[in-house]
Parts: sequence; C-alpha cells; structure tokens
Amino acid sequence: MATYELRTPISEEAIRALHVGDTVYLSGLIVTGRDAAHKYMIENFIRADSVPEEEQALYGELKRLLNGGVIYHCGPVVRQREDGRWEFVAAGPTTSIREEPYEADVIAHFGLRGVIGKGGMGPRTLQACQEYGAVYFHAVGGAASLIADSVKEVVAVHKKDEFGVPEAFWVIRVEGFPVVVTMDTHGRSIHEQVEQSSKEALGQLVGLTGI
Amino acid sequence: MEDLVEPFVELVRRAATDLPADVESALRAARDREEPGSAAAGALEAILQNVDLARKRSTPICQDTGVPIFYVYYPQGMSPRALRAQIEQAVAEATRRAYLRPNAVDPLTGRNSGNNLGRGFPSFHFEEWEEEFLRVDLLLKGGGSENVSAQYKLPYGPLKAGRDLEGVRKVVLDAVYQAQGKGCAPGVLGVAVGADRGTGYIHAKEQLFRPLDDTNPVPELAALEQRLLKEANELSIGPMGFGGKTTLLGVKIGTYHRLPACYFVTVAYMCWACRRARMEVRDGEVVYG
Repeated sequence: MATYELRTPISEEAIRALHVGDTVYLSGLIVTGRDAAHKYMIENFIRADSVPEEEQALYGELKRLLNGGVIYHCGPVVRQREDGRWEFVAAGPTTSIREEPYEADVIAHFGLRGVIGKGGMGPRTLQACQEYGAVYFHAVGGAASLIADSVKEVVAVHKKDEFGVPEAFWVIRVEGFPVVVTMDTHGRSIHEQVEQSSKEALGQLVGLTGI
Repeated sequence: MEDLVEPFVELVRRAATDLPADVESALRAARDREEPGSAAAGALEAILQNVDLARKRSTPICQDTGVPIFYVYYPQGMSPRALRAQIEQAVAEATRRAYLRPNAVDPLTGRNSGNNLGRGFPSFHFEEWEEEFLRVDLLLKGGGSENVSAQYKLPYGPLKAGRDLEGVRKVVLDAVYQAQGKGCAPGVLGVAVGADRGTGYIHAKEQLFRPLDDTNPVPELAALEQRLLKEANELSIGPMGFGGKTTLLGVKIGTYHRLPACYFVTVAYMCWACRRARMEVRDGEVVYG
C-alpha cells in the first residue's frame, strides 16, 4: 500500500499505477456532482441526440474540467460571504452506489480519471475503470469539517437555483484531500471483497450456507 | 408561551456540531482496536479528528444534517402548535447559520425549499406527560443511514427466520450485512420488534436516544443486544466497509405490541455520527445534555 500526491488533470499512466489500498492526497480543481447532476449529464449530453443550446456553455465547461479530472459525490453545507463568494463549511462524501447506472457512461464520455465518494460502486463502474483508466477514491464518510479544510476556494457553482445547494455542480480547488483507492484499473474492488467475506460470515452466523 | 426560539437554535447547533461523549468514547475504543496503519484505523482517526474540529468550530460533523426529528415531551397546558411553530422558526434560522444543510426537497418539482421546512419536514412527535417541565430530544438522521434502514416481516423465508428472538437475530444481522459500509459504519442500530409499518420506524428511532453503555431492563433483550453487537462485528465489514473489527457501536432493542397477523422487525440504522441532543426547560431555565 503506497501513498501518492496527485494533481488534476491526472494522466492515464498515473491512474493505472494505483492499486486498491493506496492512499492519495488530491489537489487541483474538482467538480461535485450527485443525483441531479448525473441525471442531467446523461439526459443532456450523453444520451441526447444533440446538446440543447442553453446547456452548451456548461457542457463546454464540464468537458474542460472533467477530462483528466475528478468528480466528487458530495452535497456540501456552504456559506456565502459578504463579497458574494462561497465557502465550504462541511463537505463529506455521499453514498455513491446511487450513481451506478450512470457513472460508466460519464467516465467514458468525459475522460474522467477519478470518482470520489463513499461506499463504493458496482461492476459496471469497475469495468469502465479498467477499460478507460479511472479509479474510485473513497473519502471518509462524515469527516465533513476535516474535508472542508482541504477546499481552498470555491471557483464556481452551476445549476444551484435549479438543483438546490446540495445537488449543484460546485467547482472547487482542493489541496491535500485525503482518499483511499478502493476500486482500481486492475479489476479489484475492496467492496466486492468485503461483501463476499461478510456474506460467508453471515451464513455461518445464521446457520445457512449458500445464501 | 415563552420565546424559546434561540434555545431551540442552540439545541440544533449542539446536535449538528457536538458529538455525544458516549459515542465519541466508543469510536476511540474502536480506533484503538484496529490494526495500526490499516484503512480502518485511518478512517476512525479521520473521524475522530473531524469530531474535534466540528466541536471547536461549531461546524456540522457531517454535511448531511439529515431530517431533524424532534421528540417533544410537554407538560399539561403547553401547546404543541405553539411549540411546533417556534421549533420550525429555529430550524429555519439554524439553516441560515449553516448549522444545517437545506435538506427539504419537493418530490414533484425537485426543488429544495432552502430552509428545511416542507410538508412533514422536519419530523415531530409530541407527547404530553405527567412531568411539569418540557423536554425536547433531537435526532439528526442522515439520508445515507435512512437508505440502509430496513423493515422485515417474520417469518422471513430466505433466512429461515421464525417469529421469535432467534428470527429477530437473523434478520438484524442480515440488515447489517446488506448495509455494508453504505450507512457510514460503524453504525448504531435502533430496533423495534412488533408495532406497525409506521410506528415501527418511529419506535426504532426512539431507541437511538439510549446511551450506548446502558443496559436493557428486559434480560432477554439485554442478552440479544450484546450478542448482536458481537456477531455483527464478526461480519468484519469494518469502518466505512473497508474491512475491520468494528462494524457496529451498539444495538438497542424495544418491543411493542403487534397485530396477530404481523410480526415486524424494524431496523433503524444510524451512522457512526449518532447526533442526538436534549434540552429541558424547568421554571424558565434551559438546560442541555
């Protein structure tokens, strides 16, 4: 298990060097996106015949940020300062599995190198990680104030009025955001391993095999 | 009725930013039990640092401040309507001060109300009692933990779980297995055996107010609570589902009369950030804790 410092945009080579269990300190620009954001990207960009005109500016911005970039499954608590700028008060990860129907497509379409979240993702995402060169970075669930400390600047926010504060695209600059790789480009997932071993343990405890 | 809005804001602030001592103590013990250098130990270390930081800064322990659930025990003569109005005002103010994230979303329009007020939001349970003072218990229950909570019907075929405490044991273990790390393990379980579909969850969440180190006054339930805690940890799901020695911090069980046709086991999974706070008002004096 090694420790790395990575800065966005991240190269495919750097991502393919990572293994489950590695600790990474992430820096650079990242974008938050959860339920509403993923549905929006799928409907307007990925599965659309053409990108609606009013969404083209944001599409351009997201293409720029997410190519070699990182999406963070997070709905922050924010505060607006007197000068109108925003700050992150609490910013831990949300449960990622809800985005499992969409994430592989987002990785493929945008050239994403990392997904930060909690609880892991499923086989489709794992397969996309292997094929396109991306990993799942697990942040510590609930370490919200600690993680907010690594957010040095809120650069922009998109869709705040339509999606609300927790669901908006927040573009943030982070320094030394600590994460653990739990799904890598080599087809390995800590979540699969723990699910399997806990399933066997459950079988023993309830006196059933093959549940 | 006296103006208690500021004290209610303080109650919310405490719940959101100041983790109860018994929960913090259990997390420290869990951290000390894990292999040094393991991902599990690292996760617990980050959690404990965060708890300390949040308390010092009055910032939310977790960004998902959840649905605020108020259990209000009021003396004869006090008005639940007046209490509700003041608490709602306090919740909106606490949101404005960033103690709470705006969390009330209209399912039809997808719009967030912005101030944590909405239909049925926040959640209130009022009970008039014989005491002469007011007690308000607040639980902040986040979405991650709500999503992995579960309600079983016994008999439950897949686990051969019948209508007895052995059946209860099996389905509670199954709930912990299904949750994996997604509820932010190591969690705390509130369990209601009996009741109906609705009151099952209300009572299961009430169990989450019990101090982690208390003992159930019913001997068979005390024994089951201890056994379940031990066995859930043997699943080795660990903090965040990274694998490890502590999967749960506690199990609290209550039984409630049921219909003959129904035998529900309701598991309210609470994340490690078991955010509860209490306020009492006696003779005009407000006391917290």
